[in-house]
Amino acid sequence: MKKIVLMGNPNVGKSVVFSRLTGANVIASNYPGTTVDFSKGKMRIDGQRVEIIDAPGTYSLEPANKAEEVALKMLKEADVIINVVNATNLERNLYLTLELLEYNKPMIIALNLWDETKHLGIEIDKEELEKILGIPVVPTVALTGEGIKTLVSKIKDLKVEKKIKPSNPDKRWIKIGSIINKVEKVEHRHHTFRDIISDLTIRPSTGIPISLVVIFFAFWFVRIIGENIIIYILDPFFEEVYRPLILSLSDYLGSGIIHNLLIGDFGTDVSFLESFGALTTGIYVPFAAVLPYIIAFYFTLSLLEDSGYLPRLATLVDNVFHKLGMHGHGIVPMFLGLGCNVPGALSTRTLETKKQRFISATLLAICVPCMAQLAMIFGALGRFGIYYIGIVFITLIVLYIVIGLILNKIIKGESPEIFLEIPSYRRPSLKAILKKTWMRIRWFLKDAVPFMFFGVLLIGGLYTLGILQWISTLASPIMQGLFGLPGDAGIALISGFLRKDLAVGMLISLNLSPNQLVIAVTMLTIYFPCIATFTILIKELGIKDMLKSAALMIAVAGIVGFILRIILLGV
Amino acid sequence: MVIDIESQNISILYIPIRKKAIIKNIIGGQGFQKKMQVMGIRTGQEIKVISRQPFRGPLTIEVCGSQMTLGRGMAEKIMVEEYR
Repeated sequence: MKKIVLMGNPNVGKSVVFSRLTGANVIASNYPGTTVDFSKGKMRIDGQRVEIIDAPGTYSLEPANKAEEVALKMLKEADVIINVVNATNLERNLYLTLELLEYNKPMIIALNLWDETKHLGIEIDKEELEKILGIPVVPTVALTGEGIKTLVSKIKDLKVEKKIKPSNPDKRWIKIGSIINKVEKVEHRHHTFRDIISDLTIRPSTGIPISLVVIFFAFWFVRIIGENIIIYILDPFFEEVYRPLILSLSDYLGSGIIHNLLIGDFGTDVSFLESFGALTTGIYVPFAAVLPYIIAFYFTLSLLEDSGYLPRLATLVDNVFHKLGMHGHGIVPMFLGLGCNVPGALSTRTLETKKQRFISATLLAICVPCMAQLAMIFGALGRFGIYYIGIVFITLIVLYIVIGLILNKIIKGESPEIFLEIPSYRRPSLKAILKKTWMRIRWFLKDAVPFMFFGVLLIGGLYTLGILQWISTLASPIMQGLFGLPGDAGIALISGFLRKDLAVGMLISLNLSPNQLVIAVTMLTIYFPCIATFTILIKELGIKDMLKSAALMIAVAGIVGFILRIILLGV
Repeated sequence: MVIDIESQNISILYIPIRKKAIIKNIIGGQGFQKKMQVMGIRTGQEIKVISRQPFRGPLTIEVCGSQMTLGRGMAEKIMVEEYR
């Protein structure tokens, strides 16, 4: 099968062109370096099946990082190249174009973001550019699909007209200078509204207050969307439709082990949160308590991402993150992790060095609660007031900074400085955002539902067999002696490894004092990520580093639990 | 302060915000030079500082119509001449 490879600088809308061509689920965002892995898709051109590959964005063919190496490898296997070029920044983009031409493969240029050139006062003579480069140039607006059909129709006729000899960087820049002279006219333009916003959001004096407001509103927005989905859609569904179903199933099953496992104790009222049956708590918690917030969260985050705000935020927080051994980009795994730790862990690979990735992943696992954990924190402590929730969050923030500072000192390796393109603000497309939100929610659905369902079954089974009671007795001296918690809290900690939200009902039904709950909830957040994140981290860090990281997690959980116990409960 | 004695070149670190300057020289190894070059940061280009984060934080600069953020260590090596 023929291979068509998309090549281009980061952040030129390459992934949007790709998803236009294939209709595949590809994440495209206004943040440099989202595509580290390449994506593949298939399409038909004149009835012939071809493979389309979206290579990671690269500025040149002399690779500077992992992503660019991948791009070079893709290029070597290509039969046809689609070079996606940012029309608003022709000069810099042409460098890669000239390098690509030296490979002497059939090639076409998609002059993307064509609509933006008009706003910016840029005029490009497309015919002249075609003549000089000797290959077809098609203006496109991938976001709306403009020009994509023309692009596809020209692919089959592509051939190499004249062989081009390898050149060197200086000669290429000279050539680019002469091309720009001939094809591009830039009218002087005034500072636009967009430029003013851009300046205000990146200057420290205005940017930092704005960032606080943006983050505050983002979380407020998440809460509003999440709550409304629950109040108006999910709770009515579970109460009006699902409860009668469960009740009739309960009647049908009668008392016995199967009833206990699927629905909960027979004869008591069915409580979706505390009954602890696979079909009650096992379904309700992931779908009705956690999922709405995950949807709301990733939707909001995608808005921030695609508008182009995140690189500015990364610039503002770079200083702090640099002291923790990462750089501003480290905020991306942290934010993604607040939804579900799995996409967060995956995104650590956009950091350049092993040291940065290790610190970022370890801090993510220890200090960044995912939505399921947050639901747990609010579910268990919410009724006692904001004070107790505050203790948990302050503990986590302090830990993030302290552990980061320490790891930065003791781990060998480099922490390179930030070097990041700041894209112009763009109006996000709703379609792209919904697609991206869906892609990220899929991680949650894939892991949460089976793990929660079978987790509840497993716990119920172990309970029936008396194994959990045995563990509880065994753990009792440690839990009681070190952390001031009953032995049963040990069971909650263990089941938290399967799913953090599994532990909610368990902790609530233990009737702990608020201070005890603070200790249990904090330890539960710190000590281990859920099994899904755990497996991803093994893949990302390697088994050896993951063992180190895991040892750290357990040690920190123990120390923090003990300190909190002394502070909150006395000796 | 890094000053190139023979000419009037100073590091981009010390150029006032929004003031245009011309890149005269980029100090550093070949790898670094290339990394800058492909982003459009090369000798002869017009450059301007958009913002500077406090406490030795990074700089945001504009070259070739696009903006980028880079750490102080890197910015220090970009030598420019201020427009008069």
